[in-house]
Amino acid sequence: MTEQKLPMAESPQGGVGTAGPPVEVEASSFRLVGTLTVAGALAGLAIVLVFQWARPQIEAYQARVLAEAVTEVLGGAARYQTVFMDEDGVYKDQPVADTATIEERIYVGYDEAENPVGVAVVGAKAGFQDVIRLIFGYDPDAREVMGMKVLESRETPGLGDKIEKDSTFVNQFVRVATLIQAVKKGRERGLDEEVVMITGATISSKAVIEIINMRVEELEDPIGTYWNSMGASVAEQEETPPPTTVGGGAP
Amino acid sequence: MSPRVTTPQHDLLRGIWRENPVLVQLLGLCPALAVTNTVENSLAMGLATFFVLLGSSILVSAFKNLIPKQVRISAYILVIATFVTIADLVLNAVVPEIHKALGAFIALIVVNCMILGRQEAFASKNPVGRAILDAVGTGIGFIIALTMIGGFREVLGYGTFLGYPVMGASFEPWIIMILPAGGFFTMGFILLFFAWWEERKTERVQPRRWMHGVTSEVGGAD
Repeated sequence: MTEQKLPMAESPQGGVGTAGPPVEVEASSFRLVGTLTVAGALAGLAIVLVFQWARPQIEAYQARVLAEAVTEVLGGAARYQTVFMDEDGVYKDQPVADTATIEERIYVGYDEAENPVGVAVVGAKAGFQDVIRLIFGYDPDAREVMGMKVLESRETPGLGDKIEKDSTFVNQFVRVATLIQAVKKGRERGLDEEVVMITGATISSKAVIEIINMRVEELEDPIGTYWNSMGASVAEQEETPPPTTVGGGAP
Repeated sequence: MSPRVTTPQHDLLRGIWRENPVLVQLLGLCPALAVTNTVENSLAMGLATFFVLLGSSILVSAFKNLIPKQVRISAYILVIATFVTIADLVLNAVVPEIHKALGAFIALIVVNCMILGRQEAFASKNPVGRAILDAVGTGIGFIIALTMIGGFREVLGYGTFLGYPVMGASFEPWIIMILPAGGFFTMGFILLFFAWWEERKTERVQPRRWMHGVTSEVGGAD
């Protein structure tokens, strides 16, 4: 590409007193850089101010959506507690760092009587068009999925999006045994671990089932360990009288 | 070439119909085809673009003498990107469901050539008042075009309008209308109608023209 000289670059600086049309003065590099710097700084300031205003609302919405999803997939748990996986793959009540990703967390649901009912796990995998992210409830005692809710998907409207909109499909995940087996419509054998796929959305349905199976296989053992330790502590609390003074500090 | 002299009324009305950015100039087609599967999404995208266009036009027109010619495009993009980021954050905070449905297309308003085009062709050469009129007209024209496409697609694709059922219980939705192909079909039919309308009007004024060519006003795409 050859560089072309702009007409104004050839004109004398200033051009005062010359006849004819006014001559444009070429702006100095300092002015060019200065203009963009000032504009950039002002733009940054405006964005920061709006971000400061918007962030609490965005976070509150995300927390609300997650809370609703956790409650839904755990069959209406009264409350839930977030549990974090440490670098050894063991679940702890406290995060190792502030940056625990959503995949490193599970949500333990409790009923009204404070008994643990199950854990909610997030998983993601490529579907037909884009990544499908979902959350499902898992009962470690019965080794069953308690419910499933799609959090994010961009599957084909009218076909693939039935994985979240078709209640017949979604309801199959309530109390289904793991690992789930995907079957085509009309080939059901009445097994506990069967889920019938949606006709016309086989890839999306399969992806949902694969996400759940993948996460169950990955986390079955660490969740089981944590679940048993929790059961032991609950039993211990029931046997021993409650302490009169509350001791502080982490174990 | 001397600039065309226009009245304020012309500045406002031009973008709404005669030089509609989508239907006549074929600008901003990317969002016009991608997010118009429902009226709600179309309106949200239209309003976000309107806000960005209006804000950018005001700033560009107000500071046109301070922006050196050599860096004007960078400066316009900076101004547009700032307004887009603000629109993105506000939509996410106020209407998160719609923000989720529009996805990456909000961020892509930055590269909507309709907005940059109005800055370069109008706002940078005219006083603030006229830049506002032009932005309002063009923005309304964009909203009308998107809502028109979104209306057709939602009614035929879902059997609803703004979420309310309008086609009766026995209606079987045309799924293709909410898929990308439906966007192209709808756009094609609307453009066909406009071309036919324009041709009929021309024929009335100038009957028996020897040859009808493709209208020369069509420009480009994103």
